[in-house]
Amino acid sequence: MSSFARFIRPAIGAWALLLLITAVPAPSAAQQVNPTASSVNERQLLQEMDRIQGRVSIPDQRSSVLMQPAGREWREFRNVALRWIGGVAILGMLAVLVIYYLTRGMVRLESGRSGRTIVRFNTFERFVHWMTATCFVILAISGLNITFGRPLLLPLIGFDAFSEWSLWAKFAHNYLSFPFTIGVVLIFLMWIGGNIPNKVDLEWIKRGGGLFGHDHPPARRFNAGQKGIYWIVVIGGGLVAVTGYQLMFPFYLTGIEGMQIAQIVHSVVAVLFIAAMIAHIYIGTIGMEGAFEAMGSGEVDINWAREHHSLWLEQQSAQPQTHRAASAAE
Amino acid sequence: MARMKFLCDADRCIECNACVTACKNEHEVPWGINRRRVVTIADGKPGERSVSMACMHCTDAPCAAVCPVNCFYTTADGVVLHSKDLCIGCGYCFYACPFGAPQYPKIGNFGSRGKMDKCTYCAGGPEADGSKEEYEKYGANRLAEGKLPLCAEMCSTKSLLAGDGEIIAQIYKERVLKRGYGSGAWGWKTAYRETIES
Repeated sequence: MSSFARFIRPAIGAWALLLLITAVPAPSAAQQVNPTASSVNERQLLQEMDRIQGRVSIPDQRSSVLMQPAGREWREFRNVALRWIGGVAILGMLAVLVIYYLTRGMVRLESGRSGRTIVRFNTFERFVHWMTATCFVILAISGLNITFGRPLLLPLIGFDAFSEWSLWAKFAHNYLSFPFTIGVVLIFLMWIGGNIPNKVDLEWIKRGGGLFGHDHPPARRFNAGQKGIYWIVVIGGGLVAVTGYQLMFPFYLTGIEGMQIAQIVHSVVAVLFIAAMIAHIYIGTIGMEGAFEAMGSGEVDINWAREHHSLWLEQQSAQPQTHRAASAAE
Repeated sequence: MARMKFLCDADRCIECNACVTACKNEHEVPWGINRRRVVTIADGKPGERSVSMACMHCTDAPCAAVCPVNCFYTTADGVVLHSKDLCIGCGYCFYACPFGAPQYPKIGNFGSRGKMDKCTYCAGGPEADGSKEEYEKYGANRLAEGKLPLCAEMCSTKSLLAGDGEIIAQIYKERVLKRGYGSGAWGWKTAYRETIES
């Protein structure tokens, strides 16, 4: 046995020596290699895609996005573009309405009040309208606070008070979105029948809707202007609802880039929506005599109906009694 | 005053995740929130690199710019901190942040995300340095004790560097010079609008 070991030991030694000799030049060759030449490169990755994503070993897979500089463009939108769009739309609409009111004044009932009324919106319609309207006003104020509160309100009331108010406004904004969305859906369903554009609308638009002079173009239950408001509510309301829920439930539908787009759509539609609703509120209150009653008591004066919705009044008068029973009792 | 920065030398990071663990432990960060994470790019392929990433404490920080209630502030050391008393959990900082740093304790609770949490550079928050309230809300304030962020301090390969931006940039440059290569300071262009020439 020992003779075999004596024979094998020098053989192993020789092999080991040979291995060492051939292995030694390898490290000096490795020094010439630049390991970063083939490695992932930040600049190149950012040029290829607008973000860098990898793998993480922690459970939160959302954190696998390493870098996403697109936030900088979103920041420009939020802090500059949106403030301009919102400011011009809302202040512009207010300015137009003030000028209109000062030159034209309230649109009067030209034939005076008849004293007889006709049901225009029933209790359910008015309930849906006011539920949606109340939610809208609170959503609008709390939403504008997120965009304009920091430059306009924060300096006036201080950090703590502004933060407290904004926190409650955010809760209101999130939770009132539910009745608002239900209201938009109900508005869509219950008034779709009267809001399909038709030939009467062309005539109405051609005559400027009676906004100028003392013209009263004929209209059915809803004139072209009201149809416009209807579709603004349905489409605008639908868009803010969808994008809003996307932001309320982060990562359920999209990652951050989708939420940036959602916030852009949400805020632009919202400020235009607010501008349109200011005009709607104007014409429904101080802008036109006899208009508020339609959504107030639900009944309008026969003469108001004749001046503003002549075709609708004819239709209602021709129809036997269901609608007129209430007005007769008045 | 020093301008504090983070620098991850991706050619040294071995993805041990010790920085992630150290951060969670030092600050008792709640479940589900990781102030720091290690992202491996091109995992398993040639040229794979791992980068440890947290809040980079940006120059002209996007989070601070978009915050609706202005709850962020930058310290004299250039560290971006925020007040959890003012934060309303709206999520805007998180849309703006290029590094995915802001996180919320409640993700899908009808949008009430809770107070935002992010890396503080181990510098606490607006409360008194080292106070109990500060620790509960933001974690330890090592900077006030004269120590640097724990993640970088205990990095086993010294891949993650924290400290005065000029000093850590110098250390990195010397490394690159000595070893002859470097894949660059990840995130510096985005966070500080500068790169380290190598």
